[in-house]
This record gives sequence, structure tokens and C-alpha cells, in this order.
Amino acid sequence: MKKCIFCGILNSGKEAGNQRKAGDLTTGNQTLVRCILSFGLLGAALFLLFFWNINSGSVSLSVREVLRLLFLRQGDETAYRILWDIRLPRILAAAVLGGALSVSGFLLQTFFANPIAGPYVLGISSGAKLVVSLMLVFLLGRAIPVSWAMLILGAFVGSMISMGFVLFVSARVRSMSILVVCGVMIGYICSAVTDFVITFADDENIVNLHNWSMGSFSGISWENVKVMSAVVFAGLLLAFLLAKPIGAYQLGETYAGSMGVNIRRFRAELILLSSVLSACVTAFAGPISFVGIAVPRLVKGLLGTAKPILVIPGCFLGGAVFCLLCDLIARTVFAPTEVSISSVTAIFGAPVVIAMLVHRKGREE
Amino acid sequence: MSEYLRTDQMSVGYRGRALLSQICLQVSRGQVVTLIGPNGSGKSTILKSIIRQLELIGGTVYLDGTDAKTLSARQAARRMSVVMTGRVWPELMTCWDVVAAGRYPYTGRLGILGQEDREKVEEALDMVGARELAGLDFDCLSDGQRQRILLARAICQEPELIVLDEPTSYLDIRYKLELLTILKRLVEKKQVAVLMSLHELDLALRISDFVVCVNGKEVERMGPPEEILTSDYVKKLYGITVGSYHAELGFPELEPARGKPEVFVIGGNGTGIPVYRRLWRQGIPFAAGILHQNDTECLVAEALAVQVITEKPFWPIQEETFCQAAAVLKECREVICCIEEFGPMNEGNRRLAKLKGQ
Repeated sequence: MKKCIFCGILNSGKEAGNQRKAGDLTTGNQTLVRCILSFGLLGAALFLLFFWNINSGSVSLSVREVLRLLFLRQGDETAYRILWDIRLPRILAAAVLGGALSVSGFLLQTFFANPIAGPYVLGISSGAKLVVSLMLVFLLGRAIPVSWAMLILGAFVGSMISMGFVLFVSARVRSMSILVVCGVMIGYICSAVTDFVITFADDENIVNLHNWSMGSFSGISWENVKVMSAVVFAGLLLAFLLAKPIGAYQLGETYAGSMGVNIRRFRAELILLSSVLSACVTAFAGPISFVGIAVPRLVKGLLGTAKPILVIPGCFLGGAVFCLLCDLIARTVFAPTEVSISSVTAIFGAPVVIAMLVHRKGREE
Repeated sequence: MSEYLRTDQMSVGYRGRALLSQICLQVSRGQVVTLIGPNGSGKSTILKSIIRQLELIGGTVYLDGTDAKTLSARQAARRMSVVMTGRVWPELMTCWDVVAAGRYPYTGRLGILGQEDREKVEEALDMVGARELAGLDFDCLSDGQRQRILLARAICQEPELIVLDEPTSYLDIRYKLELLTILKRLVEKKQVAVLMSLHELDLALRISDFVVCVNGKEVERMGPPEEILTSDYVKKLYGITVGSYHAELGFPELEPARGKPEVFVIGGNGTGIPVYRRLWRQGIPFAAGILHQNDTECLVAEALAVQVITEKPFWPIQEETFCQAAAVLKECREVICCIEEFGPMNEGNRRLAKLKGQ
């Protein structure tokens, strides 16, 4: 039997399923109970982190004060501003974008039939970052106002350019490890060019751009939250509608095709959807590392299944929880100095990825 | 009986270049048709074109009389399902899930299984005798079990035609037999048409109603396996230059040791075969005799020995044959007699065995 980071959970489920006749009601119930528990757990964590997040920051507010501000909209004017204009949009952004990132990761993993694919390691986030920073420096230098639609579009174009490279490489190399290395290299090239651009940008732009290019949820407005929610929830809905072909695709392209999946269209849909989702994240919060790989893996382990119809909503919730936690840490650990969100997600996410690489070794043919 | 699958002047290949052309195949329901041919001869290319993974370069594929090109992906999926060679590594899928994937063309937008779908899955699992595997993780199975589950998945898709690309690769002899037995049962019970490619000629000979020989340029021959798979033709098809193939036995033999016979083996009725094999492995050239031509041992001896002395079927050994054998025997440094009891037809061999002592 293969070793796996979640082996304990998986095996106990398997043995239980084995003793009874499979497909029988008890086994079905067991899976159902596990799913309900998992979603309950994620929901509870989201709820808890929401309040924890809203309660922590450089200005300390009591729980009562927070509740009053939140639900009755009464209280101290400064506290009201802090809560409603700074903390709440930031929390919502972290949750929505975190969810988007992990769903995007799950779609890419389906596309490449490999769990180590993700928008960050494949250099797609960095491509988006490059185009957005080029655009910002160019437009702001000429005092042209930049709309969020333009930013998202720019990030999407950047994502697609990087994706083009990745697809070009993947058509030539079979090994996923080499593909990931190429992705990381593309990421480095894009980051390097971004750094050049930022170095030569005007002084006042630098500070903001620099923060953004490291990845951060700070400085998000309500308007941003509305735009990103619209894009992300539309993407999420479309991804959910792709759940059936994604499930078939898990058996490989040939089988999926023979079962009636229009492969060419499906692959295009996967690429576009995952790029839109990760572009949206990059446009608002900069590149955020490892969420796209670690969260889907953890969610699948938690649910004990890879059925997309469960994993897609699970990924969204899991990503929200993961990013809220990481943002909390980024804000509070070295307060008042903020750590970039990518540093925190890397600390939690990278070990998961390493564990997956080690586990995967035995499977590569 | 009308054919379910028919290809008319089909040309197949990659990137617009035809590898094989003018292919006219027919498979009826309840029939097993097997493609044979050397590695890289285009068996898989033909199959991939039929299952619409590759675009046809020319010609037409008819499924139940309808041009396959005009069918939607879903319609085609309801008529035809596949089992491929390559291994699949689905993540966290139980066998039940893998089999249930076959219901794809029958479920709704979100792919949720209904009561009928569940019953079909159970039925398919029963058919391949894998009910007890249902709850296991697909990753944990042996190759033989996986192939059975993948076959169950294909059955679950309720096809009228199943296409299998070398389904017995990676399998040991037990699973090979098991898989083909299940397939044969399926053909009888559900009257599906089966088109597959096989590497094992012995299996192709046994299971196929028709074999189709592909040689890398064209479909060279097709017909019932007994007519097609003659020793000489197989040798030609596969370009065998080292060793031989015996259609009567259905298995290949390696080339005999060369040189003057050093050992004389008196055998018959299968008793000599292990001795021949052993001598052959050690590279010792040997002669065998006196064998009746209707003895199966005769074929093995002819493949492995330098010289074989034979007698006509059901005849007592003639004086002339005996003298010939005795002459060869005298030249050998050793004689091995595998027979313990000599019947009246075998009198000659008893006399030969006596020569051994002298």
C-alpha cells in the first residue's frame, strides 16, 4: 500500500468500506457524514477566523464594541472607520481571493493531471504581476487613471502569456517535475523584469507597487470587494458546472473523450477559468504562493474523496480559511510591521507541497 | 447477422499523414475481432481512430449503420466504450467510483447518479467478479484487478461495441485468462461487439472469431484465426528470423543450438520435452528420436533439436528408421532415455535404449 500524508484517514475509511458490502447504505452514509463534518468544520473555522481577524489589529477593540459596530453600526467614529473601511473589506477580500486561488489551483491540477500544478509554481501569477506592474507604471506615469477592469484584464493577459509558455513546455516534456522547474524559472524571469520596472518607476508609485508585488491584502476598498466578488463567484459557478467533466477527466484524456467529454473545449474552459480566477487574485492582492497547491490537497484529504462536485466548494471554503489564517498571522505576528502574505502562505503551504513531491516519486513512470 | 462496426476505406495516421490506408474492417455483435501485428505496426492507431481520439485521414467509420462523424460525443459514448493500455492514476477514487464514471453519458448536468445508475454499476462489478473490490482505493489494486475494474467501467457504459487496446499487457497469465474469460462471457451474454488488439498470438487464436493482421503498411490479411495464423505466415508477419512459431501449439520457440548433436534423447509422448528444454538452455546440440509424427512432442523437438528422427503416425518403427537413428546415436557422446515402458509400436525405441548400454 502506498504511503500518503493522509494515509491514516484514508485507510480507516477503506477498511470500513471493505468489511461491509460496498455501495451499501452504511458506506454511503459514512461518506456523507464525513462530508457534512468536513464542511461543518470548514464553516466553523471560517466563522471563528472572521471574528478573530476583525478583533485583532493595532487598535484593540473589545468583543462587545466589535459586535455593536458590526450589527448596530453604533460606536466610536474612529473605531467605526477602522472596522468598516479597513478590516472588513480586507477580511472579505482575503476570504474571496483565497477561495479563488485554490479553485484555480484545482482546475490547473485537473488540466495537467498532476497535483503539483498551481498558478504560483507554474509562473502564471508572476506573468500577471509583470503585465500589471508594466501597465501601472506606464499609465500612472502619464497620469491616466487605472480602472479595476483594466487591472484584471491586464493580469489575465499576463496569465495567458505565462500559460502559453507553460503549455509550450508541457507539449515537449513528459515529466511534471521538469514542467514545475520551468514554471518556477518563468516566475523568476517575470519577477526580475517586474523588479526592474519598479526600480525605474516614480518614487510615489514604488511604495504601493512594491507592497503589492510581494502579495498583500492591505488597502482593499469596498468597491474592490464588489468587483472581485462578482468575478470570483461567476468563475466559481462556472467551475462548479464543470464538475462532471472534471470527474471524467480524472481517468485521463482518452477515457474522458470516450465517455463523451469534448476534450478540446473542456481543456480550453479549464485554462480560461483558472486564469481568470488567478488573474483576479493577482490584480487585487499580488502573487500569493502555494495556496493553489496546498489547499486542494488538504481539502481532498479532509473529504477523503476527489469528487469535484465536493472538492470545488470545499476548495473555496478551505482557501478562504487558509488565507484568513495567513493574513491574521501576517498582520499580527510582527505588528505593527506587516509581513507579506506570500511569506506566511509559503511557510504553511511549501511543506505540504514537499510532502506531496516525496509521496509522488513512486508514481512517476 | 449485420455488422455493428464497419470501416469503409478508412485511412489512419497522425498529423494528416496516413500510416495505414484502405482499411475495411467489420465487427458484428457477439463477435470478437482481434488485431495482431508487430510492435508499431499501427494497431493502436487504428483503434484510436475508431474511438475518435484521432481524426480519420480518409474514409468512413460506420457505427450501427450511421456515419460516426455525425454522432455527438454523447451519442457515440452510448454506443462504444474503451479499455486502453496505459495505466491510469486517478486520485482518491474507489473502484466503485471508477466504474461509476462509465455512467457519464447517462447522467445529468452535474453527474449525480440515480438509482438505475447504481444498479448498473453493481451489475458491472458482478460481471467482472469484483464486487468485493468496490470500496477499495483504485491505487491500491494489482494490475490484474485494475484491468478488471476498467473493464467493468466499460461495461457500465452499456456499449454495443467495446474497443480494447492490448488489455492483457502487464498482466500475468492468470489475469490474462481471467480477463479474456470475462470478455467472452460478456460477448455471449450481452451480444456486444468486441474489437481489440492483442500481443499474445496464443490468446488471439483462442478467443477471436476473426483476426486482422496489420503489418505497418496495410491490413495484410483477415479471417478466422485457424486459417490466418499458420506457422509460415506468422513468421513472415512478425519478421521472425530467430526461432520459430508453431501454429499447432500456438507458441513461439527460440532457435535451436547449432553444431553436431552431442546428446541423443529417446523420447515420446511428451516425456522428452523437459529434457530438450534443459539441453537447449545449456546450449548443447542434441538429436531426438524416434518420434511418431503425430506426437506433439515432435513439434517441440523439431524446433529445438539439431536433428529429429521420426516415424509415420501409428506405424511400428521400421527397420530403416531404426538404423538411421542408431547411426546418429553412435555419434553422440551420451544417450538419455526418457521412456520407461515401450509399447508394441515403440519396439524400435526399446532396441535403441539397449544400444545405450553398449
